[in-house]
Amino acid sequence: MNGNNNTMKKRWISLFVENQVGVLSKISGLFSAKSYNLDSLTVGTTEDKTVSRMTIETVTDDETFEQIKKQLNRLVEVIKVIDFTDIYVHMREILYVKVRRCSAQDKASLFQIAETFKARVIDYGHDSLLLEFVQTATKNDAVVKLLKEEFGNIEVVRGGSVGIESISLMER
Amino acid sequence: MKSISGNKLLIKCLREEKVDVLFGYPGACTIGISDELYKQDFTRVVLPRQEIALVHEADAYAKATGKVGVCLVTSGPGATNLVTGLATANYDSVPLVCFSGQVERHLIGNDAFQEVDIVGITRNITKYGVTVRNREDLGRILKEAFYIARTGRPGPVLIDLPKDVMASQGSADYPSEVNIRGYKPNTQVHIGQLKKAIQMLERAKKPLFLAGGGVIIANAQEEFLKLVEKTRVPVVTTIMGRGAIPTDHDLFVGNLGMHGSYAANMAVNDCDLLFSIGTRFNDRITGKLHSFAPHAQIVHIDIDTSAISRNVKVDVPIVADAKIAINKMLEYVVSCEEPEWIDTIAERKKDFPIVTRSKDGLCAKDIIDAINNSFNEPIVVADVGQNQMFTAQFLEMKGQTRLLMSGGLGTMGYGLPGAIGAKIGCPHREVIAVCGDGGIQMNIQELATAVLEGLPIIVCIFNNSSLGMVRQWQKLFYGKRYSMTGLKTNSNGNKAIAEGNGYIPDFVALAKAYNAKGIRVDSKDKVTEAFMAAKENTDSPTIIEFILDPEELVTPMIEPGGTLKDMILEV
Repeated sequence: MNGNNNTMKKRWISLFVENQVGVLSKISGLFSAKSYNLDSLTVGTTEDKTVSRMTIETVTDDETFEQIKKQLNRLVEVIKVIDFTDIYVHMREILYVKVRRCSAQDKASLFQIAETFKARVIDYGHDSLLLEFVQTATKNDAVVKLLKEEFGNIEVVRGGSVGIESISLMER
Repeated sequence: MKSISGNKLLIKCLREEKVDVLFGYPGACTIGISDELYKQDFTRVVLPRQEIALVHEADAYAKATGKVGVCLVTSGPGATNLVTGLATANYDSVPLVCFSGQVERHLIGNDAFQEVDIVGITRNITKYGVTVRNREDLGRILKEAFYIARTGRPGPVLIDLPKDVMASQGSADYPSEVNIRGYKPNTQVHIGQLKKAIQMLERAKKPLFLAGGGVIIANAQEEFLKLVEKTRVPVVTTIMGRGAIPTDHDLFVGNLGMHGSYAANMAVNDCDLLFSIGTRFNDRITGKLHSFAPHAQIVHIDIDTSAISRNVKVDVPIVADAKIAINKMLEYVVSCEEPEWIDTIAERKKDFPIVTRSKDGLCAKDIIDAINNSFNEPIVVADVGQNQMFTAQFLEMKGQTRLLMSGGLGTMGYGLPGAIGAKIGCPHREVIAVCGDGGIQMNIQELATAVLEGLPIIVCIFNNSSLGMVRQWQKLFYGKRYSMTGLKTNSNGNKAIAEGNGYIPDFVALAKAYNAKGIRVDSKDKVTEAFMAAKENTDSPTIIEFILDPEELVTPMIEPGGTLKDMILEV
């Protein structure tokens, strides 16, 4: 049922939900129950404490994506579903990478990488470095791949994308 | 301001929502509610023998009356016993409000005695579920529960009630208004879309209506009949939609789907416009998706947006309640009669009737025929399996006749509690359960409930000493290896342990043990007689056990996931 001949692509949904116990579980449970792909999900409260906002990233085809939006919409706790796929939004993900067992030369090249990717070096040990990247999830994918290849001994934690509609037209 | 306990506010809620029946089973966490129920005389409190059956009783009560069915169970095992019934109601869009007891708030999460996270367990099988965590939210949540259950696409709502919340004092107010920002059911119909659909109906050369359970839930049978007669477009129904128009109507073709009639399935295959109302396009009706209605444009009216274009891609989607949409259509439609198309269908209907076993002995159709002839617009509750399919094929629907069943989930054990719920809701109607010997044993304990409540229901047991539908698949597709389907056999060599009538249990004796009437029928000529005797027994249930041949199959049949070409017409 899910799949068909449609092309799979990455899509984003911004979701306004009631800030109540069990709502996160309900949303993520919907994805697993219906076998929808869920790449990342972030959640936090908004300026209104009774409302939480989620940014959901999923790789799926057109038909399934329509179903996902409909299924989310029919949940009582969901206040609003916004499809971020084809509108201008600002979207960023935070990524921490800890690189261990660095030689002096490694450290030097890490500083260069940081500069290239507009990352920050936020912590420093005698043979390790901690880098912070705030950029699109796709770019973070590339960074993780690069660092893994170059340094081997890394530890990664990612925040998942958060997004908001653009005021003026902006890149995503 | 007056202050009352949560338990008392719940009673007030029942009165405000005009709950005349509550199906409840008590326990430690709900004893306070039981106590308040004792002090009131507005709501009749029915005590089933098992929570599993309890939900089905509330479910059939709701289906038969159109009101919200109300359940009360205790925490832990009481609550987990709701699971199957909630899923059953969820699939069939039945409005239920289920109250489950819960341990005191400070114990939640401690694996306390009889504690389970029932809201978590049932999250995917309820329309809405919530634990009441603060006494001040109770009134609002109760009000919302009834509103959510009955509006939009109806469904089961679970309200989990911690014992200490219910014991604490708080406002006596029960709100009169509901405002849920994330839940605004559609009460309109998009006229533009509807007109477009009507235009397609007028242009079509082979138009066909497909009516599902949504027509029945919306109580739109009368309007739908008008629509059909005005447009002169033939109708097929799903089994949940059977009765959307009278089955003897000249424009009624039959049920479609796995065990649908040849004429109905061929009509779907050939039509150039499938105008569907209130159906989910479940796999049991579509078979293989790419060959379903291959020549047709599809119009789909449904109250649930997510039901549209989920299984079958739809050309014109219309989100609306069936009754509202049909009423609107009646303002615009004209006759779309296509005599040639109607004739083709009529000929097929005549040439390919649903055939049953041609042997002389008693067969299932004889029993359903006798029901058709012996009762005046009854409520028939089917269990699940062959008995259900026979009923869906042969039960004549006219006037107020209703057919209730677990259509979506296919829950065995629905029949007997279903009949109990329907009879409690509609005491002046004749109520008949049609069960197999498998399904009846899943909730046989409810005979006690029926006897004590004084319900003269008629319980037909189609006893073929096997789990007939699975056996049918084994016979047709699994080389007659009858694994796990014989009800007269045991695990020791799978050999029959009792011959002839030596069936365990002896259903006639069992009826007697429960103070009900029991009749056994093993020949064709005794069927009507048995129903007459049952009708005369007006103060207790009557069980009629029909001894049937396990070799009898439900035909026609389209193999699971198959296409029309694979249709088995006769065995």
